[in-house]
Amino acid sequence: MLAAALAAAPALGQGLEEPLTAVPGDPVAGAAIVGEPTRGLCLLCHAGPFPDVPFQGTLAPPLDGVGARLSVPELRLRIVDSRQVNSASIMPPYHSLVGLTRVGERWQGDTILSAQEVEDVVAFLATLTDPPIPEETE
Amino acid sequence: MAGQVERAEGGAAPRLRPPRDICRKARWSGAVVAAVLAGAAGAQDGRVSTYEQMAPELRAMQDDDFSNPGLLWAQTGEELWAEPSGADEVACAECHGAAEEMAGVAAHYPDWDEESGQAVDLAARINLCRQRHQGAEPLERGSEALLALTTLVALQSRGQPIAPSEAPQMEAVRGQGEALYSTRMGQLNLACATCHDDLAGGRLLAAEIPQAHPTGYPQYRLEWQEMGDLDRRLRNCMVGVRAEPFAAGSQEFVALEAYLKARAVGMEMEAPAIRP
Ligand code: HEC
Ligand code: HEC
Repeated sequence: MLAAALAAAPALGQGLEEPLTAVPGDPVAGAAIVGEPTRGLCLLCHAGPFPDVPFQGTLAPPLDGVGARLSVPELRLRIVDSRQVNSASIMPPYHSLVGLTRVGERWQGDTILSAQEVEDVVAFLATLTDPPIPEETE
Repeated sequence: MAGQVERAEGGAAPRLRPPRDICRKARWSGAVVAAVLAGAAGAQDGRVSTYEQMAPELRAMQDDDFSNPGLLWAQTGEELWAEPSGADEVACAECHGAAEEMAGVAAHYPDWDEESGQAVDLAARINLCRQRHQGAEPLERGSEALLALTTLVALQSRGQPIAPSEAPQMEAVRGQGEALYSTRMGQLNLACATCHDDLAGGRLLAAEIPQAHPTGYPQYRLEWQEMGDLDRRLRNCMVGVRAEPFAAGSQEFVALEAYLKARAVGMEMEAPAIRP
């Protein structure tokens, strides 16, 4: 369904205008997903404004300020399937099953995040309009 | 033969294997520095064992045979080596002599087995010996006994350079391994190469991503609180990306190991390694 939607969007590169669900995203729920490393997995690769998470990833751009850099449709597309923006992206496709191989039995047929969770995460990211607090890299 | 695991009198290091080359670290980091300074492609290549990235306490634990728990497994291995086994009531030692005769063997595994027409890793070779020469049942993959014997054999190559098998059939096996290594898999859609080639040295949450050199297996992982083989490590990585792991001892794992060994050619064997 989603694959069809993505395929139908002409040269979409930049964004997914349509929310995935009728219920607007909840930024508080989104913060809980992003800020809990084992749930959203975001902090495995990204750093973000979560002072309580002692170790954060260094493999991707920090999430701070991302809400100022990107629009909501742009954010949504990157969470749904970042390969639509950069085919070589290492960021997992959070709401697409396209092209996956050898998915473990207990995860088969499931996307990493549900449609509502994607909307929550997007709503949270949109609130991140402050630039990163300067901090040590590496 | 019986005396190999005995600790020498007076608290010196156990006489298990040739003394390790103490200059090792100096030489490797020297090579890395030279590579950085030269900045030339193909100059010493910047490959490093995870050993170099570990905390000093862990390195010390690995280096001291009295605190490295892997040596206990080798000791058990030494007992099994000398013990007549199977219907034929024959010990490994009766065919092979002292465990020291195995020097260099682990450094060129996996290797091609003519009789079965397939590539085998060291643990599979030990099991083939049991079946063919001792009339014994194969030991279960990952079992204490198989880990102990594999550790004993691997220990005999400590300090030796990895020298992949020259059997012509192994070329295709390594090719298969390389293909698997570069294939994205699992719900997170990542390949071994994504992490271990492209992102090595970066931090995945708290863990520093190593270059994935198979220098130290079997190894004692603090996280496991016991010895484990390379299959177990690779299963962990695969489950980490939410992929269905290959079966223990499968041809896929043998192929991956063959490729990893080729990628690490010339690096020093350090089994039994300690890892976090
Ligand atoms: C395995 C690594 C990885 C994980 C896990 C990951 N990302 Fe990313 N992400 C990246 C990389 C790398 C980029 C840079 C662009 C690219 O290569 O696709 C990126 C880009 C982004 C961008 C665009 C940033 C910009 O400034 O353009 C956003 C937004 C984002 N990620 C959010 C998230 C969120 C939210 C999660 C978790 C729900 C997450 N990422 C999980 C690796 C990851
Ligand atoms: C998402 C990133 C990621 C992927 C994908 C991944 N690994 Fe790993 N791997 C790691 C991390 C992190 C460690 C170190 C774990 C630790 O020490 O806590 C590791 C450890 C290893 C080690 C141990 C190195 C040593 O010194 O003992 C080997 C070997 C290895 N991986 C091989 C592989 C292979 C082969 C694949 C593909 C089947 C793979 N990895 C996929 C992240 C990954």
